[in-house]
Amino acid sequence: MAYASLPVRRSFGETMRRGAWWLSPLLTFLALGAFVVYSTWAAFQGEHYAFGNYLSPFYSPEIFGSSPHALFGAKPAWIPSWLPFSPALLILWAPGGFRFTCYYYRGAYYKAFWADPISCAVGEPRGHNYRGERKFPLILQNVHRYFLYLALIFLIFLSYDAYMSFRFSDASGNTSFGIGLGSIILTANVFFLAGYTFSCHSLRHLIGGRCDELSNKPLQCAAYNACSSLNKRHMLFAWCSLFVVGFSDFYVRMLSMGVWTDLRIF
Amino acid sequence: MAKATFKIWRGNSEGGEFKSYDTEISEGMVVLDAVLQIQGEQAGDLACRWNCKAGKCGSCSAEINGNPKLMCMTRMNTLPVDEPITVEPMKAFPLKKDLVTDVSWNYEVKKRIKKFKPRTPDAPDGTWRMQQTDIDRVQEFRKCIECFLCQDVCHVLRDHHKHEEFIGPRFLVYAAALEMHPLDTENRLKDLKDDGNIGYCNITKCCTKVCPENITITDNAIIPLKERVVDEFYDPITKFLKLFRKK
Repeated sequence: MAYASLPVRRSFGETMRRGAWWLSPLLTFLALGAFVVYSTWAAFQGEHYAFGNYLSPFYSPEIFGSSPHALFGAKPAWIPSWLPFSPALLILWAPGGFRFTCYYYRGAYYKAFWADPISCAVGEPRGHNYRGERKFPLILQNVHRYFLYLALIFLIFLSYDAYMSFRFSDASGNTSFGIGLGSIILTANVFFLAGYTFSCHSLRHLIGGRCDELSNKPLQCAAYNACSSLNKRHMLFAWCSLFVVGFSDFYVRMLSMGVWTDLRIF
Repeated sequence: MAKATFKIWRGNSEGGEFKSYDTEISEGMVVLDAVLQIQGEQAGDLACRWNCKAGKCGSCSAEINGNPKLMCMTRMNTLPVDEPITVEPMKAFPLKKDLVTDVSWNYEVKKRIKKFKPRTPDAPDGTWRMQQTDIDRVQEFRKCIECFLCQDVCHVLRDHHKHEEFIGPRFLVYAAALEMHPLDTENRLKDLKDDGNIGYCNITKCCTKVCPENITITDNAIIPLKERVVDEFYDPITKFLKLFRKK
């Protein structure tokens, strides 16, 4: 076949498409960009991440830190003092890596941040030397399933935090059941993160997609079908969980800074 | 009856231009009806490939207002007729004439994919037994009508012209249908990685969006194949565990 006879490549943004084809990548760019900027800022703060029984999901699990939620106490002496320290910096790379290597987000940010392509059937800025995910660095996206394993562990910690958000202590130190707006937000956070994690394409594969015959494995078959059902809403869970996890940190931060007061429902 | 203006690409691989045609539009018409009407009344030499007019032969693929679509499945009442409707040939294949492209590259690619290789028959009469649940996901891929709109919209072919290296979404679906078949024993993963270069796909889902058969190409075919390639070549733990599974 004479490849030279292919139609001439269109220039960047050139298309016969009508309507606001640019709106979706623009919104993705703004939403993802805002989240990355906010989460990076919040991770470096190292304070106002806990309020009573509430712990910001950006800082959970708190391995070392100054709040009562810290698993192993305060910042250890062996961490060099010149190194920027925040409990979030110790852990945030794992959920961050899970999202960065996620199949949905990959497609979304390749479009919004790299314009490759900026939208379907719209001309691209670069024509030659396209490497896709075949070569370094993007071949590293294949590590996604390892971030999935970590994300599943994080879900356990966040579920515990959600449970603890219903345990309020009074002035005398007695703990009792209660419901605050923060409890609902932190529980919603776990719900959406669980939806996002359990709808993951890698999990769908590992749980049963890799097998050609599942009819003789009823439990695995049921798990695969459940994961496949969730997978159809992976994009929805991706955006909802992104918004709720960011808002959870913001809510706890506002409470801790004394800007907002937690609404006690029960 | 309303009138609509069509801007149809006229030309060949040497060059061409859009030419405007006004034609009457009646209720129930699709773009292919309008194009054939123009061909019959105004442009007898207009080249246009079509066959079933029912969205099943995959012949009338084109780009309507910049969107890859089947002309026979695009109803006129879904398009704004207050401005000219553009009809162009597909962009990922060499142009033969007007709206007709040379899609023969696809048939050459298909020949390179290892054929179905069933396990030994389950019954003495030479037949096999399968459960419907196991064949469900493969049946989705069998809906493909080979219109090649997914190949057309794929930026790896359309913009980067990687025809010599990348097999495109259509043949990733085809490979998935074979690879996930409960009876098949062939292993195509090395070919998908090295010859088909599945790694070129960066999951932008354009192929899924244009599929007239609504095959979930990216989520159900390409990503599962990518995951199988990861199992085989990039995941040391899975590879290690496979050693024990074989024993």
